[in-house]
Parts: sequence; C-alpha cells; structure tokens
Amino acid sequence: MKLDRVLQYSQAYNFFQWVFGKHAPEPGVVFLSQRRVYILPTRHGLTFGLAVILMLIGSINYNLSLGYVLTFLLAGLGIVSILHTFRNLAHLYVGAGRVAPVFAGDAAQFELVFENKSDFDRHSLDLACRGARVSCDVPGRHHRSVMLPAKTEKRGWLQLERVTVDTRFPLGLMRAWSYVQPDMRALVYPRPDSAPLPPTHSDAETGDAVSAGPGADDFAGLRPYHASDSPRHIAWKASARSELLLTKLFAGRAASELWFDWDRLPAGMHAEARLSRLARWVILAEERGLRYGLKLPGVEVPLGEGFPHRERCLKELALYRG
Amino acid sequence: MAEPRNAQFLPPLPFAMLIAGATLAVASHTQWLPFWVDFAAAALLVWRAIASIRPGALPPRWLLILLTFSGAIGVFFSYRTIMGRDPGVTLLVLLLFLKLLETRARRDVFVVAFLVYFVALANFFYSQSIPIAGLMLLTVFVTTTALVGFSAPLRPVVDDLKTAGRMLAQAGPVMLLLFFLFPRVQGPLWGMPQDAYSGVTGLSETMSPGSISALSLSDAIAFRVKFETEPPPRALLYWRGPVLSDFDGLAWRVGLPQLRRNMSVEAAGTPVDYEVTLEPHNRNWMFALEMPARIPPTARLTSEYLVISLTPIRSRVRYEMRSFPQFQAPSGGGPEDLAIALRLPRGVNPRSLALASEWRESLADNSAIVRRAIEFFRGSRFEYTLQPPALGRNSVDEFLFDTKQGFCEHFASSFVFLMRAAGVPARVVTGYQGGDTNPVDGYMVVRQADAHAWAEVWLAGNGWKRVDPTAAAVPVRVELGITAAAPAGATLPLLMRTNLNWLKGLRNNWEALTNQWNQWVLGYNPDRQREMLSWLGVPQPSWQTMTVMLFWSVAGVLLLTALWLLRGIRREDTAQRAWLRFCDKLAREGLARERAEGPLDYANRVARALPARENAVRAIASLYVDQRYGPGPDTRSIDRLRHLVREFAP
Repeated sequence: MKLDRVLQYSQAYNFFQWVFGKHAPEPGVVFLSQRRVYILPTRHGLTFGLAVILMLIGSINYNLSLGYVLTFLLAGLGIVSILHTFRNLAHLYVGAGRVAPVFAGDAAQFELVFENKSDFDRHSLDLACRGARVSCDVPGRHHRSVMLPAKTEKRGWLQLERVTVDTRFPLGLMRAWSYVQPDMRALVYPRPDSAPLPPTHSDAETGDAVSAGPGADDFAGLRPYHASDSPRHIAWKASARSELLLTKLFAGRAASELWFDWDRLPAGMHAEARLSRLARWVILAEERGLRYGLKLPGVEVPLGEGFPHRERCLKELALYRG
Repeated sequence: MAEPRNAQFLPPLPFAMLIAGATLAVASHTQWLPFWVDFAAAALLVWRAIASIRPGALPPRWLLILLTFSGAIGVFFSYRTIMGRDPGVTLLVLLLFLKLLETRARRDVFVVAFLVYFVALANFFYSQSIPIAGLMLLTVFVTTTALVGFSAPLRPVVDDLKTAGRMLAQAGPVMLLLFFLFPRVQGPLWGMPQDAYSGVTGLSETMSPGSISALSLSDAIAFRVKFETEPPPRALLYWRGPVLSDFDGLAWRVGLPQLRRNMSVEAAGTPVDYEVTLEPHNRNWMFALEMPARIPPTARLTSEYLVISLTPIRSRVRYEMRSFPQFQAPSGGGPEDLAIALRLPRGVNPRSLALASEWRESLADNSAIVRRAIEFFRGSRFEYTLQPPALGRNSVDEFLFDTKQGFCEHFASSFVFLMRAAGVPARVVTGYQGGDTNPVDGYMVVRQADAHAWAEVWLAGNGWKRVDPTAAAVPVRVELGITAAAPAGATLPLLMRTNLNWLKGLRNNWEALTNQWNQWVLGYNPDRQREMLSWLGVPQPSWQTMTVMLFWSVAGVLLLTALWLLRGIRREDTAQRAWLRFCDKLAREGLARERAEGPLDYANRVARALPARENAVRAIASLYVDQRYGPGPDTRSIDRLRHLVREFAP
C-alpha cells in the first residue's frame, strides 16, 4: 500500500493541500466530496459543550436522574448536529456560471451554480470570497444560482479567488466548510471618464464630410434586422406587424462615423487615462447610434455599430498592453 | 468564524419560539418563586414584546445594569442570602429574562437558549415527576426549534419544527446509551446548600396533638413495598418509624438513638421478605414492618428496634428487608432503657395518675394492667376524628375524661401516660399502618395519610409488646384503614374516598406508571447500574470497561444514524452507473473514452475497433443516450441496459 494513496484520502492531507498548496482553479463542476468538507464546532458550539459539562456536574452533585436525562439529551443533540451540518454541505456540486463584464470600480457578479442531486434540501449555505458574503438555500434535486459580488480595481481579466462555502445549519453549533475555486474570470473594462464625445470630423480616406446634425435622423426606410444593428434602431411597431424584426434606416447614418484613435489624444496623456477616454467615447457613440472604429497601437477595430461591436472595442481597451 | 453580516436581524418567528421556550422553562418555577420575581419576569416579557414591535423601546445599557443590580439586591432581601439553591435559581430566572430583553443579535440568542436549558435543569431540583419531564421535553423542543429557525431564517416554522423533532428523535438513542452506560458516581461531589432538601413531608422527631392528623390530609406516597412472600393481613401491617420516649406533658420526642449490635427478634411465625422504595424525607430512619429481623447492609438497628440509615434519606432509596409480623422483642430492656420508659412530667394530669394508681393497687401484674387499660379504651365511647378540640395543660385528662374526641396520637399518648403512671414501662411508636395494593403492578402503596401512632409496653419475660389503643377504641381504623374509620364529613384527600371507583382505577394506573418511572428512571443509581450490567453479562464492570462499552455503542448508534441521514445523498442514477461500468470495461482493453467524446461517437469508434461486438456496443450506447437525454426514465430499458453491460465482454 502506498502511503501517498492513503494520505490522499485523509481530510488533513486535503486540508493542508488547500492551505499550503497551490490553488489552481478547478475546471468544470466541483464536487464537494466528503474528503473536502471540513467540520469544527463554532464558538457557540464550544460554549454549548461547556454548558453540557456544567449541567452534568450539577446532575451528579444533586443526584438528579432527570438532570442526567436532560444533559445527555442535549449532548446527543450536539453530536447529531455534527451529522446534520456535514450532510447539509457534503455531496453538493458547484459549477461556474456566467459573469458579465463590468467597468473597473464596479462589482463583478460571479454566478455560481449549486446543484443538489440529493433527496433532501440544503439550507443556509454561505459563500464568502474576499469580504463578500451571500447566502442561499438549495432544495432537493434542484439547482440554484448565486451571484457572488467581487470588487474590481484594475482593468483586464479578474480571476475569481478561492471561495469558502460554509454552513451552520441546523443549530449553529457546528460549522462545515469547503473551499472551491471554479475557473471563472470576469472581464473588467477601463473605467470611463466623463469627457464629451468629440465632434465628428471629415475623414479624407472615407470622403464623408456630412456632420451629424438633425438631418442624420431622417427616416429613410426599413430593412431586416442584423445582429450588429443597434437595438435603439429597431422599428418595434413595424416589427410587431411583420414576421421579421425590422431596423429603421436613416438618411444621415452613413455620415456619422467616428474613429477613436489613441494617437490623436493629447500627447502628454497617461496610457490609462487614454483608455478611460476611449472607453467613454465608445459608450457614448454606441448610445447615440453612431458608427465608430477604434485604433490602438498595434490594434485596429474597423468601423461598426451595435452591441457586439461595442463589446469588442471595450475588450480591446480592457486587455490593451502598451 | 465571523458572524453573518445580517447578525442584527432577528427573524420574528424563531424569536417568538425562543420566548416561548423561556416561558415554558420558568412556568413551573413560578409556584415557589417570590411574588415580585414572577411579576418582574412577566413585566420584562411584556417589555420585550413591545420592543419587538418598536425597536426603540429596548432599554439602554445603563438601565440594564441597574435592573440586574436591583434584581440581585431583591433576591438578597427575599432570602437574606444570595448563596444556596433557591436564590441561585431565582437569579438565573431573572438573568434569563434580562438577557432576553437585551437580545439584539444572533450571539445573544445562543446565550438565551443555554440559559433556558439551565433553568429547565433547575426544575428537577423541585420535582422529577412525569408531567415536569414532559414539560421540560417540550421546552427543549421549542428552544431547539428556535435555534434551527435562527440558522435558516427563510424557512417556514413548520419545517423548523420537523427538523428539531427529527434531531431530538435521533438524539434519543444516544441519550439512552449515555443514561444507562455513563459511569455513575454517587453525589454529592461537594457540600450541598442548606436549603436543598426543604419542603419534604413525613413523620418528624416530635409528636404533639394534631401532628399526625395533619399528615392524614396528604395522599402523598411515603413508600412503596413489593412483597416477595405472601403479605401479612392488614391488621399486622405496622410500619415501624421513630420511637418517642420523652414526654413533656404536651409533646412526645425521640430520645438519643443508640446503636446496638446484639438486638434480637424471636420469631413466632413465618418471615416476610419485601423490598421498600422509600421516598426522600430528609431524616435517617427507614421504615420496616414490625419486627425487622434482617436489615440492609448500609443500615443500623437502634436499641428501640428502629432501622436507621447512616445518612439522611435525601433521594429515593430501595432496600430489602425481612420481618416477622409475629414476634417477640426481648432486647432493649436494660435498666436504663426501662428507666427512660417510666419517666413522667410532674404535676399534670392528676385524674389519670389517680386512675393508674388505682389499677396498680387492684391488679396483680403488669399484663393485667395492660389488659385493663385496653378494656378501658374499648369501653369508653371515644370518637375518632380529624378535628379534635384543642387541649390545655392537662391534655391526657381532658382527652380521657372530658372531650373523648381524638386521633391516633391522642390514644397512643394517653395510653402510654397511663401505663407509665401505673409503673409499666411504655413508649410511643410512630409509623404507618396499612397500605393499599395497586392491582396494576402489585406494589403496595403506603401514603402519608396512613401515618399512625401506637404504644409499646415492656412485659418481663415477653419483651416489648405492641398495644394499639386506637385499634381497641376504633377497631375499624386498623382493620379497614383510615378511610373507613374517619367520619363521613371528614375532609379526606379526594382520591382516598372510596366511592369514586373510576377515579381510583385511574389513580392506580397512574401510580403504577409513576412507580416504574421511579424504579427505572429516577432510581437509576450506581447500584442499579451495576445490577443491569451484570444482568447484561458484565459482572463487575470498572469505569474503564463502562467507558469502552459506552464509546463503542454510541459510535455504533451514530454510524446507523449517519447511514440513515445520508441515505438520499446520492441520487440513484443507474443508467449513468451502468454506462461508466461499460466505459471501465473498455478502458481496460485500451479503448478509453476521450474526455470530449460523446457516447455515440465513442460507440462508433469502439464498433470499428471491435467489429465482433458492434451490435452490443451500439445497443448499449443507444439505450444510455435514450435514458440519459430522453424524456423520463424507463425501468425496463434501464434493466436491459444493466443486463447488456453485465454481459458485455470486449
């Protein structure tokens, strides 16, 4: 028998692996097997134990038979609560859900999906990660998704840190916990600053010189919706009558095109400030339904519009490495 | 272990449960607590209820400290001490309600719950009856429900009740094992507070007119008897208690007990073997049928044939005895003993003294005087009553010649006075006379109402001889019991009246149940534990053996509980299991499934590699895909899948 294999099956080994070992994220669904569920009494559990010992001494001293009964009933309750607390956490499945991109400074909402394949309900599961705490119940043979907020500071990818899942159900005397680290990351966009959109300007290469005035919104007709169309241009009333989703075409649209160029920003501007400014412009341009493109050193996003285009531009800004 | 962020939030229903638990725990204390404590507890409860609706009404810290101090001072003024059992429990009750008032966060909830458990335990100082046990079980149930509710605030209370009930049911076997196998130590471990045993009823060291008739109003049980042999007839059921030799003209007192080794009883009939379960009465004497011949090893016999225990009887005890209902008692008749048995107070009861000296002069010997006196009691028309008129300084004269109304203490007292006056050594014996056999469990029950007093005279050559002047005057008292003897209008305990037969049947059942409870739950002590273990085949268990037994039995029970609890933890996915088994079989042949390979692709690859097994492989994959991804499981297909996998050999 190899010692290694024996050790692998011991809780202590697993525990030390978690505390001192490397915390590589686990891909896929994490199964909380009994080997990775740890259990210890809470502070209240220790007080409870002390109370039971005091009651036992009192029962012995006063020869109280029913005192013994009560003391031993409470002792039994404490012991049984270990099993109940353990059962409340063991054999759960924790999967990674979605996580929407956020702007730096906002909280990223990591979605964790708990699946309970057992017949009984799980109660009061607390998730904790870097100061954030959420709680959830998972009924038997159901799954529940939980949003775990995480503060963001830097742009780029934010890896979800180790999450502690714990429970004190049913009496609060015991705490069972487990560590999971699903392979999840959130995309953090640069925080936009508060600059206004620059005036549209003629571009020699495209030859368009029409400014984005009121004429730009002149209605010109309808065409079937493309995935890249801005939702604000969807003709909802016309679509309701038709089988297709229709997009409104405007006479002046082709004229309002913007290039957001890293190099055109003031020379002394800091790289992160440039990214914030460009992010702001992308957002504003998308809000106004303009066509826009992005030029960063070494990266160019061609002209486009619509939500996927905006996402692509912001992603380039988030992941930009100067 | 940080508290959850919403620690300040107290879910209302579990909190109501907690208050209910506290109220139940205190409910039966209210009957002995000082009046102002009941009032204060109720006021604090009302305050808390108001504060639940308007959180601003919770008291500030300084007020709480002030209230706590005034509570402690109040307890001191009520009891003149804060040490001891009653002041301690009173303080605990006040503390519980003050803490309830202070409860703002989750951690306070635990303090309150633990205080409730302590107050529940304190109930057993005062009563360990079945109803109190039931009440305390309810208290623990409600308090545990509150704890469950606080740890899962989103659930309906019904679910909390179910969880708490299940947990208590699962704690039950552990409790039973601990109760029966935990190595018992005979307490106390240290000195008990002085007031620990107040308030028990029973016979005392003195007897004055009215003291025994007061007892006859109580149907509390004095002791129970289980006869191993045929019980003697009722007229011989004299349960010997304290012997009173000192008379001051009004009250009789016990003399100093003197232990004698050479006390002898001469049998004049068949012996009776029996076991007595004596209720605690906080005195040393142990009741025995007259005359005790063999006494328990822990007891001693005094020169007055009184069985005494070396320590006061403060908890229910069981002992075995052998007695001879027909006997001669020749010991304890030394000169100094007889001198004590002849002492009389001076200058009282002149008429009785005159009557006695007349008997002395006219009659030949002591036994003739005794016979004459019995005739005197039989011949005079004495009335047996629970409410005799008050007597003055010459109590014996007034009773014998004027009022002629009395209870057994009057008869015994005046008879012994007459005997001593006539020069016959005599003394008063108190104890119980009679007893009713409960048809449900066959135990004889002797109640306080059966308390009795009779006389003993010393006849040279015969020894001490019992004379019951009450039996001479009112024969029905001894032949049929106090119920028949007392006049119809007397206020006997309700349940002792004869005409309520259905009530009697109910009482018999209840008392038989109580007796079992006393024998097995309350009377479970180190002796009984040894008895039970030797019955189980462990004759002389050391505490180490008991600890090992306890450990393994509790571990076994917990294992069963764990298996029961975890039975539904892994949903039975038979299709998946069969499929994995199939994959394992193939993996051993070097055809392991790729991580990203679906079942049908995998089956295609395997079929190409093992053309001979193609049909089986495709059938298995197809059945598995149907069961796994199709609508609803189909047991026949699953059975077929499992069969195919079992038969499959690559």
